[in-house]
Amino acid sequence: MIESMNTQIKLATDNRESPTIPGGPLLKVEEACLYFRASNGVVKAVDRVSFEMARGRSLAILGESGCGKTSLAKAILRLLPRNVDTYTGQMFLNGMDLMKLSEERFRKEVRWTKIAMVSQAAMNSLNPVLKVGDQVAEPLLLDHRMSKKEALERARQVFRIVGVPEAFLERYAFELSGGMRQRAIIAMALIANPVIVILDEPTSALDVLTQANIMNALKRIKKELGLSYIFITHDIATSSELADEVVCMYAGQLVEHSKAERFYRQPLHPYAQKLMASVPTLRVEKKPEFITGQPPSLLNPPPGCRFAERCPRRFDRCQEEPPVFVHGDAKVKCWLYERD
Amino acid sequence: MAEFSARLKELGRYPALVAGLVIIAIFVGVSIYTPIVLPYSEAIRLWRGAAGVWEDNPQNAAPVWLELFTRDRLPRTIVVNTADDGTKTEQPIGDGMKRVEITLPFQYPYDGFPKELKLFIEVSYEGVGVPAALSWRTADGRTIVLQENRLLKRSDIYYISQDEDLRTQLSGMAPHLGLFASPEDSEKPLKGDYRLVLTAEIPAAAQLDMKLTVYGQIHGLAGTDERRRDLMVALLWGAPIALIFGVIAAVGTTVLTYVLAATGTWLGGKVDRTFQWVTQVNLIIPLLPVLIMFGYLYSRSIWVMLGLVVALNIFGSTMLTYRAMFLQAKEAPYIEAAQAYGAGNSRIIFRYLMPRMAPTLLPEFVLMIPTFVFLEATLAVLGLGDPVIPTWGKVLEAAFRQGALLKGYYYWFLEPAILLMLVGVGFSLIGYSLDRIFNPRLRTV
Amino acid sequence: MEDKALLSVRELRTWFELKRWGFLHAGFVRAVDGVSFQLKPGEAITIVGESGSGKTTLLRTIIGLARPTGGEILFDGRRIDGRKPEDVAWLRSHVGFVQQDPYGALAPFMTVRRILQEPLAINKVEPSEYEDRIRVVLEEVRLIPVEDFLNKFPHMLSGGQQQRLVIARAMILRPRLIVADEPVSMLDASVRVEILELMRRIQQAHNLGVIYITHDLSSVRYFSERVCIMYAARMVEKTDVREVVQKPLHPYTQALLNAIPDPDPDNAARFKDTPAGEPPNLINPPKGCRFHPRCARIIRGLCDQEEPPEFEPTPGHFVECWLYK
Repeated sequence: MIESMNTQIKLATDNRESPTIPGGPLLKVEEACLYFRASNGVVKAVDRVSFEMARGRSLAILGESGCGKTSLAKAILRLLPRNVDTYTGQMFLNGMDLMKLSEERFRKEVRWTKIAMVSQAAMNSLNPVLKVGDQVAEPLLLDHRMSKKEALERARQVFRIVGVPEAFLERYAFELSGGMRQRAIIAMALIANPVIVILDEPTSALDVLTQANIMNALKRIKKELGLSYIFITHDIATSSELADEVVCMYAGQLVEHSKAERFYRQPLHPYAQKLMASVPTLRVEKKPEFITGQPPSLLNPPPGCRFAERCPRRFDRCQEEPPVFVHGDAKVKCWLYERD
Repeated sequence: MAEFSARLKELGRYPALVAGLVIIAIFVGVSIYTPIVLPYSEAIRLWRGAAGVWEDNPQNAAPVWLELFTRDRLPRTIVVNTADDGTKTEQPIGDGMKRVEITLPFQYPYDGFPKELKLFIEVSYEGVGVPAALSWRTADGRTIVLQENRLLKRSDIYYISQDEDLRTQLSGMAPHLGLFASPEDSEKPLKGDYRLVLTAEIPAAAQLDMKLTVYGQIHGLAGTDERRRDLMVALLWGAPIALIFGVIAAVGTTVLTYVLAATGTWLGGKVDRTFQWVTQVNLIIPLLPVLIMFGYLYSRSIWVMLGLVVALNIFGSTMLTYRAMFLQAKEAPYIEAAQAYGAGNSRIIFRYLMPRMAPTLLPEFVLMIPTFVFLEATLAVLGLGDPVIPTWGKVLEAAFRQGALLKGYYYWFLEPAILLMLVGVGFSLIGYSLDRIFNPRLRTV
Repeated sequence: MEDKALLSVRELRTWFELKRWGFLHAGFVRAVDGVSFQLKPGEAITIVGESGSGKTTLLRTIIGLARPTGGEILFDGRRIDGRKPEDVAWLRSHVGFVQQDPYGALAPFMTVRRILQEPLAINKVEPSEYEDRIRVVLEEVRLIPVEDFLNKFPHMLSGGQQQRLVIARAMILRPRLIVADEPVSMLDASVRVEILELMRRIQQAHNLGVIYITHDLSSVRYFSERVCIMYAARMVEKTDVREVVQKPLHPYTQALLNAIPDPDPDNAARFKDTPAGEPPNLINPPKGCRFHPRCARIIRGLCDQEEPPEFEPTPGHFVECWLYK
């Protein structure tokens, strides 16, 4: 367990990976905690979140701003800011214990090589003075000791996969349209052949038509490469384009984890229900509703269920924080489902 | 702003700031105290040093506290005049004349020799010079004749220490040394009671008065310069002058640059291009030569210089920095919203753009003050100081001109130099602390 | 009998001149190139378009922040495209502007009270009226109790509250028309509806005209009556909101609606049919219909040669497309 990033992360004396469990989950996160030190206290951005993701399945992490979904992505990739206070929990990738890895090993063996990330608005942070091809190839040059020629060849391959013409390898970022830039960023994430790609708001800066194009490309890539996505967004409608399962977060905690068929149609947790009710639909005549009030502060979360204050179905049991219950093939953090 | 007072409380956390504030507070205190104790017109008069104003001061005397560093008791100036300490005997001798004998006694307890000896004689009698005899009685009872027949004039100064005949009489020793030297050890003065006696026969109606000045080596808290002026006058008055000059120049430059940058950036087009062009040309032109030219050809008044300095500094590199900041700030949506509800250009410039960056003005302005204080001193040292006002720069200039270093009058230039340095250090401490306080918080404004 | 329109825009053109090296003429960016529509009093319309369609420039031209190059704008019967100073001033005191970024739209160094006072002071309202009008407008946007908010700074408010303040500011001069540029796109999903409902309530209470500019048709269709679809500086389709969702006529509109996802788990298994290519640049739009390079139903020889005029296949439903001749 790593209590504080100020202390040295001790390597396990034997660096053997745990044997891969055949048929086990691709990614298993248990009791992940990520707290930050702010000027006025400790912000509990991710508070004991646990979930599993099977091979070939894609997961959407939904929630509103400040619910901790981006922090969760950062926790999985160990992209920690300087003011981190607590970083605990267990994470297993194909059975390999990620938390036990040293920073060096994590960087070489996991980050980008096994789990890659497409950040929010990364398309606008492309280096303007490098050719796009060079940038996309860069992750391969850093640690993998691939020659520049090999790296560029691989870049050519991924460009083909994401649907960008080869000629664009020689262009500069400003010469590409928004959609092309985003595809280049996706190519950069794919270049080291990861098994999981984390997409953090990949299309929020794009137009509707471009967005649809990118979503098409992502679907195709998923099929062709057998990738798993962790898709983080506040745009619930768009998330349904890629999700097989949905994790819904509220105030740093996981409140529901269910299959897409259930979540988008009949979610279990009251917050998820209200969230789905607030999404406007084009094809179904339904006036969207809104949720009154605001999420609680992550500095001093209230005791008990964090959604109780705004929940239309709260009762006295809710003063105590509910554990995560299993309800069929779904998980819900709500007393209403205690019986199961 | 409510947040402002919260920030001020944080000031206590910066020891550099407190130190700077203490230093500057002392200078401000002096600046307030000085004009009260020594009014401006008086100071100008004193500094002009018309004849007689400083006559009782030694020339180039060191400050009195120098004594603390020597084992000797250094001589201070002794003034003896007939009214206070002298004895006068008058004896009529018929023919309407009288014989007068005036004795000026004094004690000499010092371990060093005086710098100079002068005798001021005043006779209220017009007419032919009447001869007088002057003699000197040393502490060990010897009598030395100074002059046998000095012709008295209405107003006369006998420069005893420059009397060549007396010098010969004293075996080549300068009079202010020889008259005091101990017979055993000519390096040391004899301590004790000395007397100067004058005898003359003057008309009965005439009045004769004398003043003997035995000039010491030390004088005053700050010493004196070559014109016998007490340097304290300049050092004290230099404080408010420096502060006023520095503050006005800094405020003027900072505020005007800020306003012009905001205006130019907002109005864009020709106005902006003109300002930029002027700034770029101005950056190339060196400041000091222009000031020198102006000073020689037109006027050296400190206020004219101040105005010129401000005018030339407005279109400087700071203008370009502010312009860059404003270019970014003017894209903010709230400015567009203001235009939508009808705000005019001047309102946008003054109430929407300028408040954005206002906190940075404070450290900027504080840090500029020492620059201008030094500038004034530089101008003075180059000979372009204000002709009448006593400033630290003027003291420095006189010191250099008179070769203070060569002559060993270290105090003469060290005193203004240290004061200038302290002002610089004080404002820098304040300014850099303010910078640290205000700048990282810029993002919350 | 036609109601007198609150806002009438006819063949509006806003072109920006491009200069090479600061003075050589290098063409025009034709941001708005022949747009016409009408707004009745108390009516809300949505202008939908993607980035580069010219919708923001259209909005800025209407409220007087950009100079029109041609065409007419009549606000309450009065021509304002000439941009005479008194016309512009009159216009600005009758139109409220709600911007996209609520935090950026508020001066960070001004309190709520000051922010609301500014439009009043500029428009020479009596100072004795300030307190009252500020109170009324804050109550209307539900920033209550009013006293709690008056001395706060924008960074002390939540995103939703900030946007309410922006709306309050837009309302304080008692405008007849509100223009909102993506008013909720920077807010959380659950807050968007709240704000849109607020604006709807205000609109109905004061019989205001409202123009929404957005690319998110899904949410806004509940809050406006009519929709205008913009593509490449022209309005390609104009109709009721219901019509446009059920029976979109223009191929671009159809593609747009097709691309907007609903939260439906079946989406993951389907690929969307999207038109290839990108919107054209506005300096040299394509000859003929501007959408023809991407249109699946192009009529060769016609669509790529001549710009289609406006057709009205069903009453009240206007399309600029040769398919409806």
